[in-house]
Amino acid sequence: MNTVSPYVLEAINISKRFGELIALDNVTLKLRAASVHALLGENGAGKSTLVKCIMGYYQPDVGEVLFGDRQQAITQPHDALLLGIGMVYQHFTLIPNMSVAENIILSRPRLPLIIHWRKEMAELKRRMQGMPFQIPLDAPITSLSAGEKQKVEIIKQLLLNTKVLILDEPTSVLTPTEADEVLGKIQTMSREQHLSVLIITHKFREVMNFADEVTVLRKGRYVGSARVDQVSPPILAAMMVGHEIINTPLQRIPTTNPRPLLKIADLKVTDDAGVTALTGLSLSVNSGEIVGIAGVSGNGQRELMQVMAGQRAAHSGSITVNAEAYTASRAQMRRHKFHCLPEEPLRNACVASMSVADNLAFRRFDRPPFAVHNGLLNRKAITQRAKELIHRFAIKTPGPSTPVGNLSGGNVQRTVLARELADEVDVLLVANPCFGLDFGAVADIHQQIMAARNRGTAVLLISEDLDEILELSDRLLVISNGKLVHETTPEHAELTTIGKFMAGH
Amino acid sequence: MHNFMESIAIPTAALVFSLLIFSGFVAFSGNNVLEVLAAIYQGAFGSWFSWQNTLVRAAPLMLTALCTALPARSGLIIIGGEGAMVVGGLCATLTGISLNGLPPFFVISSMACSGVLSGGAWIAAVGALKHYRNVNETISSLLLNYIAIAILNFLILGLLRDPATLNKPSSFPIGDANMLGTIGTTSIHAGLIFGLVVCGLLWFVIRRTTFGFSIDMIGGNIRAAQISGLAVGKLIIITCFLGGAAAGLAGMIEIAAVHGRANTSLNAGYGYAGILVAFIARYNPLAIIPVAILLGGIRASSGLLQRSFDLPDATTLVLQGIIFIVILASGAVYGRLNWFKPKGDSP
Repeated sequence: MNTVSPYVLEAINISKRFGELIALDNVTLKLRAASVHALLGENGAGKSTLVKCIMGYYQPDVGEVLFGDRQQAITQPHDALLLGIGMVYQHFTLIPNMSVAENIILSRPRLPLIIHWRKEMAELKRRMQGMPFQIPLDAPITSLSAGEKQKVEIIKQLLLNTKVLILDEPTSVLTPTEADEVLGKIQTMSREQHLSVLIITHKFREVMNFADEVTVLRKGRYVGSARVDQVSPPILAAMMVGHEIINTPLQRIPTTNPRPLLKIADLKVTDDAGVTALTGLSLSVNSGEIVGIAGVSGNGQRELMQVMAGQRAAHSGSITVNAEAYTASRAQMRRHKFHCLPEEPLRNACVASMSVADNLAFRRFDRPPFAVHNGLLNRKAITQRAKELIHRFAIKTPGPSTPVGNLSGGNVQRTVLARELADEVDVLLVANPCFGLDFGAVADIHQQIMAARNRGTAVLLISEDLDEILELSDRLLVISNGKLVHETTPEHAELTTIGKFMAGH
Repeated sequence: MHNFMESIAIPTAALVFSLLIFSGFVAFSGNNVLEVLAAIYQGAFGSWFSWQNTLVRAAPLMLTALCTALPARSGLIIIGGEGAMVVGGLCATLTGISLNGLPPFFVISSMACSGVLSGGAWIAAVGALKHYRNVNETISSLLLNYIAIAILNFLILGLLRDPATLNKPSSFPIGDANMLGTIGTTSIHAGLIFGLVVCGLLWFVIRRTTFGFSIDMIGGNIRAAQISGLAVGKLIIITCFLGGAAAGLAGMIEIAAVHGRANTSLNAGYGYAGILVAFIARYNPLAIIPVAILLGGIRASSGLLQRSFDLPDATTLVLQGIIFIVILASGAVYGRLNWFKPKGDSP
């Protein structure tokens, strides 16, 4: 971008408070026409709130939104749609049991009472020619991968003649290759088709590679805006967190006397629809070893995690821990010190309505000192322990009695981390630990996992983030179509080979 | 704290709103609204006599409400209190008839046991169907109500029918000696004590024991409970059993304290009204007590309405139905009232 184009969307001096909490304090964001603008900030910095003010979900307390030089009253999302501002949400808003075409057509803000499907389909086919991605129009949404769904969401917006496209953390569900493809196409489109794009993100790589300008928020305040070619990741990092980031490298201590702790033999599992998700998977993990399972989302990782965590029954095959058959019962988890960091901790490992203290007690509430006289709760001990853990793991919460659902994503993750890693752990199961977390939290979690490994824990790490696996693993396995298809070590790993196996070739 | 405020303010507002709608209904029927409302109060809580009437009706409501409230804490919406109460009452009657002649204390205890066990097993079956076969618990418990009532009718019209009961076909009596007495000189039967004690006991179990903690985990997020290794299926079935047992006990009490024999009075709607009580009480066993008394009062006032205003018996059922719908609708308001919240949406 050498020529300076005019602003197409301006949010000026926006302030928004929710009760006591000041979510946005005098924030300004200016988006140029035909450019990609990144909105950068940690979790809770106010990025989503700002965008929701633009989209009309919230009304700002102070400040105004200008669209194409004119002040526009956007009082509801429908207004934004009609103006040509479209948003792709972090979580998909597609109707799973309908086809791609049906989803696209139904998303129009003004639908006729009776839809002339044949005409619509013909029109849709014609317009798909000009789209950056091609998706089979008659495929049901359920048959699509996360990357394809994201593409459908974007196409949906483009077909609505969107002039300003807002993407909320668009790559959090994509593989690195998919992310590069999607963002690359978006970048090209912004230049060629005069599309203005606002990307909410906390990944520097995406900002540096795909954005023209960047605005940084911190704790609801405007920190600054810049052209991307004038900043560097360290500068952005400092703007984002308010001080220099010291990234301590991970310390990997050589393991003495490794012994096999976790063994999976010929595991077969079916998914919710009754389709085989794991077709005879076998692996073993030694003490003091991190085994990483890489793969594209939806190749059986979730089912593997669920079986190990006791959320799903295996069809056949065996899991042994410490040479004993393992069925994910509470007694076995306790005996083998088997702990779990599942993906999406609020969904999989917490009860949002229960307090932080209660959530921290899930592993031990039925043991002394938390339970007395065979089954009476000792609330005092639970609160006491929670206070210790909150302090030790630096969980930011108003207090131990706050419902865990009120905490930010990073602090929910930290709560689960505290619960699962505070005691001695022999076997640790980790799945996508860094989904949707800012990089400060990511570094912290990586340190904790490595520390557990160095203490002799056998770690099975299932992740869709290949960089994470390469950084943490001692041994790397690739899963494809419910089978392990490749084994290597990070030192000998070749990205092209791994990519090939991930894709199932 | 704001949660607590919310759970008092919202049902209260919903009750007031229901009374407003009901007032419209009364005005439409050509009666003076204030007089009718005053009569409802009079018939429910206006005198010691009406209080006794109210408490007699509140006792089974407390127990049937638990049949919805307990499983709801583990995430199951069960509306089978009516069926569990019928089954409990029927089994208690069978026990009473067959043991008639033995020492009354033994007979009454056996009747209570059989009511509790049969009602418990009835709802435990719902939990088991849910856990092992993934059958929707709301539908299966509703269908089991019809089955229970059909079994009751089958037995009181056939095998168990006392030929002396002509107008209202009933079973043979359990015998006067085996009836539960009243409290002191009142007309309130001992069932009220059962209701109060069981509500208190289950509140303690929910709030103070590891079992209650586990149940709240399962109800709050079943995946989190599984990942913690809880035996989810077993705990759900036990919870269902406890809920069904409470309703079964209600059936036994209706037989042993009121009717003395099994007949269609057993399915007079206490089971369904119990669902309403549980909803208003937000599944809290202690809150069930005042709510059951309130609803019991409304039911108790129906006689007076009939006598004084010539309003049909079903009038109080209309009020009850209005409350039910308003309470269900008010559920959408929880967590949205800004003045109860210290902060807004997380950004």
